[in-house]
Amino acid sequence: MTVDEAYISGIGQSEIAVKQKRHPLLLTLDAVREALDEAGLGIGQIDGVSTYPGRVPAFLGFSPVGADELIDALGIRARWYAGGGEITSQLGAVVAAATAVRAGLARHVICFRTVYEAAALARPEEYPPLRRDRVDGHSQWFAPFGAISAANWTAQYAMRHVKRYGLTREQLAQIALTDRANACRNPRALVREPLTMDEYLSARMISSPLCLYDCDRFTDASTVIIVSAGGALDEVRCTPVRIAAMAGTVERHSWDQAEWMACYPTGAELWKHADYKPADVDTVQLYDGFSFQAVAWLESLGFCGVGEGGRFIEGGRRIALDGELPLNTFGGQIGAGRLHGFGFAHEAVVQLRGKGGERQIAGDPKVAVATSGGGPLATALLLARD
Amino acid sequence: MAVTRPLPRLDADNRPFWTGGAEGRLLLHRCQDCKSFVHPPRPVCRYCLSENVVPEAVAGTGVVDSFTVNHQKFHPAFEVPYVIARIAIDGAPGVYLTSNIVGCPADSVDFGDRVKVTFLQQDGVWLPLFEKLG
Repeated sequence: MTVDEAYISGIGQSEIAVKQKRHPLLLTLDAVREALDEAGLGIGQIDGVSTYPGRVPAFLGFSPVGADELIDALGIRARWYAGGGEITSQLGAVVAAATAVRAGLARHVICFRTVYEAAALARPEEYPPLRRDRVDGHSQWFAPFGAISAANWTAQYAMRHVKRYGLTREQLAQIALTDRANACRNPRALVREPLTMDEYLSARMISSPLCLYDCDRFTDASTVIIVSAGGALDEVRCTPVRIAAMAGTVERHSWDQAEWMACYPTGAELWKHADYKPADVDTVQLYDGFSFQAVAWLESLGFCGVGEGGRFIEGGRRIALDGELPLNTFGGQIGAGRLHGFGFAHEAVVQLRGKGGERQIAGDPKVAVATSGGGPLATALLLARD
Repeated sequence: MAVTRPLPRLDADNRPFWTGGAEGRLLLHRCQDCKSFVHPPRPVCRYCLSENVVPEAVAGTGVVDSFTVNHQKFHPAFEVPYVIARIAIDGAPGVYLTSNIVGCPADSVDFGDRVKVTFLQQDGVWLPLFEKLG
């Protein structure tokens, strides 16, 4: 244990479901309670809060709870807090918290991401959808051309791999097949049914080459990661997981002007800060809002060369729960639900603590990678149990 | 009345881009000092920080850099399937426009296809769409 490093102590997660009736603040509270219980901390010991992307009033389903509201609602006395979307994607909130505890600004920081997209679709009068009559900012360059979903934007990255490197549908399918197989072993996962190659190949296209099963599913849930200072671990009951390295990059926050995806420079950056190398990693939890992002992350992190991701996952053995590099062992966002980034860090900690139950990987895992984003914004965390 | 596409809210920065089509011109912001193109349009050059940036017409041709065929009905203004493409704009290195390739079957578009701008006017906005050349 090192005093000047940052650790993940408690982790928590609400029920993952669609069209939840439970108030989004209470879903967040469910996840906070679980995380506090695991860490053996009381809410009075929390002195920092960090979230992504903060409360988004124009699109509440996307982010119904901000740091201001959580601090106020739970009576947290914060010495430091942050929340916003202008950061290197979802897990950027964990990077911010780790930086703060290393600087001595806080001892125990609740990091959270609450999503309410399925409930919002079902109750548009309470949670109005994003208005799309006149668009500005980033949206103006996409929405007028019907490039409305991130599926459209990500599909164009994926299509480059199809055309340049020969990525096949059978190869890409392995992300969804692996996710769904793993989700069957996760009691909290949203979709607990296996997916077959035939079902995948006959699924309707959403935005070529991405079919229905390449896309994650809206859900209502909250995930909490408590980041604690090395010097505060004597207050923590659970096995701490060290944030051994972290990286986040942006070239331009634009899905069409940036030359290529931000996961690539982020992956390279991560290893510059690490005493580990890719061969030391026991499991990877890679952002898969769309399946292709996980393929790009595998390449970015150096598990295979650029353009080799399709061949790397071909057949699915290598990334299976009992393979050499188990991927998205909780089901990813395609199987477990769109927790939006935080689910990957949560699962990395579950696996490193040996708490995966039916989905626990063998071999006493000690090192894991968790990522979020991957398009114009990307964050990677290297987590280690010392 | 047909549903219009989601349209940009015009402001001082983006008005030339979205209304140049009234005169059949595709206007991109260009730094008059280092001659780089600046897109999205902003009053400063991202390459040399010059404020001497003005809209300038480009040829309106380009090359399909990537594309996707969208099959999901995300918005009532769009009949599916339709092609969304990232187009590298001739004469403006580093500038890409996301747009639609129109006037051809959705399954006939490929990387490297040469395209030319054609404007769709809706509600005071001229959307630069593209059609295949030759």
